Amino acid sequence: MRPFTYERAADVRSAVAVCAAGDAAYLGGGTNLVDLMRLGVATPAVLVDVTRLPFDRIEETEEGGLLIGAGVRNSDLAADSRVRRRHPMLAQAVVAGASGQIRNMATVAGNLLQRTRCAYFQDVTKPCNKREPGSGCPARRGEHRNLAVLGHSDACVATHPSDMAVPLAALGAVVHIEGPGGSRQVPMPGFHRLPGDRPERDTVLEPGELVTAVEVPPLAFGARSRYRKVRDRASFAFAVVSVAAALDVADGMVRDCRIALGGVAHVPWRAELAEAELCGGPATEAAFTRAAGLEMAQARPLERNAFKVPLAANVLVRTLIDLVEAR
Amino acid sequence: MSELKDTGFDDPVTVDVTLSVNGESRPVTVDTRETLLDTLREHLALTGAKKGCDHGQCGACTVLVDGRRVKSCLTLTVTLDDRRITTVEGLAAGDTLHPLQSAFIETDAFQCGYCTPGQLCSAVGMLAEVADGWPSAVTADVAGRPVLDDDEIRERMSGNLCRCGAYVNIVAAIRQVGA
Repeated sequence: MRPFTYERAADVRSAVAVCAAGDAAYLGGGTNLVDLMRLGVATPAVLVDVTRLPFDRIEETEEGGLLIGAGVRNSDLAADSRVRRRHPMLAQAVVAGASGQIRNMATVAGNLLQRTRCAYFQDVTKPCNKREPGSGCPARRGEHRNLAVLGHSDACVATHPSDMAVPLAALGAVVHIEGPGGSRQVPMPGFHRLPGDRPERDTVLEPGELVTAVEVPPLAFGARSRYRKVRDRASFAFAVVSVAAALDVADGMVRDCRIALGGVAHVPWRAELAEAELCGGPATEAAFTRAAGLEMAQARPLERNAFKVPLAANVLVRTLIDLVEAR
Repeated sequence: MSELKDTGFDDPVTVDVTLSVNGESRPVTVDTRETLLDTLREHLALTGAKKGCDHGQCGACTVLVDGRRVKSCLTLTVTLDDRRITTVEGLAAGDTLHPLQSAFIETDAFQCGYCTPGQLCSAVGMLAEVADGWPSAVTADVAGRPVLDDDEIRERMSGNLCRCGAYVNIVAAIRQVGA
């Protein structure tokens, strides 16, 4: 690991100033960054520890939403009674990720900013356009069973690994950011970006910008929501495919819905086509199947991950049926 | 093929920190790159926590920081002053074993023992999480209070691997203490 100097941020302004000067990284829980540093993938000269900044609370907003501090540990987010009651899919997604020990360490902002687990990205002896722009993408013809089927580019077929980000994208969460140029807010989806020809950029964050909070707007039917994750083993594994869905049903009709998919793209994938197809239509398996098919018709699977296309559609249909049958 | 990044020639950076380990104050000078696992084993002669994968995947290095279970292989020591660290060496009260330690012996919950310190620290932290009402991925109603059955124990302990396959008896030991 490259030697680095360690600084503990006293306030946001000084933290941003250090990071904006370059060759520095913010340290949250470190569960991904420390590992990437050990692998030689991340080589910052300065680590700015932001875990003692006052971003460790979950507060009510005036609009009735929740403002989740960037430094809130994943386990505290999932344990919060308001999150569990109002947005079960968010609590379920968080506890579906990693292990108990890692959730105790990992922060909300760090979870959003974690890097892909694509094997080529994590192996510095291999080319990777995300790690080393212009070096190539061996995954496209190599090991890509668990990589993207939607929104990928010639340059990169990586997936975003977060479970938590999937319901946040469905909920239209807003990322609060402080940077050298002041503060701004970026809604999800829109915070993470598709790879295009700049796969080294996972998000729209500019150099030195620091995530300070994630705001979850109120959703009246959020209590009728679910996160469903398919993985290669029963626990402690990244999603092959996952679905976060919230459904507002009355008299057999879908009044409103929010849907996002995980494990299928470089971003948590908001299923806008499926949502539009479902809203105002019947809450039936046939309608759900049609909507899921419409969403996944955009997929361009690679040679060895085509199974994800029907898998994602089936998991989406089953999740919606479960939500109709719930309560 | 791309070359390995040159990471070998910058000067190491050292920092003085004072750790609280098993109730004792332990001043130590560490390289900023050093993990808590290496500090415990190499500087403080506390070799209970084990290095299995060194990537946060096996759980053999699990210790408690401020009462919460964490992976010491992914925790930089320099971040930890003012934090209260408990290792497997700190679980017993003198010669009186922690109830989980006794239960592991009674139920034969280990074979080679390499993962055991991590299993014990993880189980201590996990039972506290259940007592606090935290949900898990197998909790049917995420808004309700979880009940610690065998499925809950298995899910909540999935961050600790046992290559000997003593899982059945590990679950039994934890059930004996936690149920």
